[in-house]
Amino acid sequence: MLDPYRIREDFPILKRKVNNCPLIYFDNASTSQKPKQVIDAIRDFYENHNANVHRAVYTLSQEASELYESAHDEVANFINAKGMEEIIFVRGTTEAVNLVAYSWGLRNLKKDDEVVVSLMEHHSNIVPWEIISKITGFQIKYIEVNADGTLNYESLESLISKKTKMVCLSHVSNVTGIVNDVKRAAKVAHEFGALMLVDGAQSVPHLPVDVRELDADFVAFSGHKMLGPTGIGVLYGKREILDKMEPFHGGGEMIREVSFNQKTRHCSIVWNVLPWKFEAGTPNVAGGIGLAQAVKYLKRIGMENVKAHEEMLTKYALPRMQECCKKLEIYGTTDTSIKCGIIPFGVDGLSSHDVALFLDNYGIMVRSGFHCAQPLHEMFKINSSARASFYIYNTREEVDRFAEVLKEIEQL
Amino acid sequence: MVNVDDYVARIEGTCGKDKDVIVTFKYEKKDEAMKKILGKAMVKKSIAGIVFELVFRAFSFRLYGSGKAIFRDLKDRDELNVLLSDLLS
Repeated sequence: MLDPYRIREDFPILKRKVNNCPLIYFDNASTSQKPKQVIDAIRDFYENHNANVHRAVYTLSQEASELYESAHDEVANFINAKGMEEIIFVRGTTEAVNLVAYSWGLRNLKKDDEVVVSLMEHHSNIVPWEIISKITGFQIKYIEVNADGTLNYESLESLISKKTKMVCLSHVSNVTGIVNDVKRAAKVAHEFGALMLVDGAQSVPHLPVDVRELDADFVAFSGHKMLGPTGIGVLYGKREILDKMEPFHGGGEMIREVSFNQKTRHCSIVWNVLPWKFEAGTPNVAGGIGLAQAVKYLKRIGMENVKAHEEMLTKYALPRMQECCKKLEIYGTTDTSIKCGIIPFGVDGLSSHDVALFLDNYGIMVRSGFHCAQPLHEMFKINSSARASFYIYNTREEVDRFAEVLKEIEQL
Repeated sequence: MVNVDDYVARIEGTCGKDKDVIVTFKYEKKDEAMKKILGKAMVKKSIAGIVFELVFRAFSFRLYGSGKAIFRDLKDRDELNVLLSDLLS
């Protein structure tokens, strides 16, 4: 097991107070806090190595390039990709899904094709497909979700057919924390010749994820949810698929050659090698270096330990939340064997924003609203939800305090 | 006529069907703003002196000791501005 008290010493922000109360940060599904190792790595880059990458022969640029490239290696190793060629740095999960939708979808999806998406997806795994479908005319089929928030696998299997070209599924729901069997979904998708895109935004930071074991064709995730800085994320893609794809953005870095032909009055362009073909312009070098440091931090702890700690906290929190406040309802399953450390809840008669503001008074940070997953809330027949989500630095004492404050909310 | 901007740091409308509007008062002005609001609105309920359920004219809203207020069922931002202006004057 990991030691959250020892870990907390690495997180400067956890020492601060909010509204005169010790900060209790339970909005980790939205973004995580950053350890000083990550903050120091970013500062060290700017203080000692800052230069543009892949542009110059001088020492600083070489150092920056080396750090940036090794960051790709670090991430590849973390998720068991075959190599850095399969790791594209993007701004976050949203950009990663958009990259696939535009680069692959625009060129490969035709009128009679279908893309299968689940109803529990974050908007970032729905909206890009809806946008592209309006352009090329393909159909989107939505996988049903059961009343307890679990994925309806019968629906998934019945929707995937020879017409299906892509299946898009979150590994872990950002609303309920439910872990989906994406390996099973990938197997069905592949049987019909479709590709599988996994939204790993809520799984890669919290569970051991082996992309080869999942056999997903694409996995998208964000650095800021896994102790890294904002503005950096990852698209993993199988090399043979990325090789065949056209670039997403055009510009510097992603080309090897741009030559003007006097006769045709056009430029002929040769793309750069992977992963740079998909990283146009000056990349977020400091972000990549920060992410690599975050990955090292998580590897030191061990992802099995991260998972076990969150499972312990969730098991501890669920009965306490239910006992302390009779007006409280937990949305979705409470079976901790199939969910991560995310607990969506509501208090009868109060909006989720009231709940969050009440907790904020006591220094407790939880998310309120739709969490960018409106279809799932509609399915639950609720307008919004409050959401507590845990990470490596959260403790049972914080859960106790959270439950104590929830008890007081009954008076509202 | 009071300038609402002197007191308000941020107004945020929530997405979805709730249409709650959350007003965050400027940190250095929050105590003054709360005092004025509590002087104008009727207190329906108060919890530990940090959460107040208030009524002002036909509007119910909650005021939090952290310097935030949550309004709902407002027609638009203009209606909120008039309300805030009257509460803070």
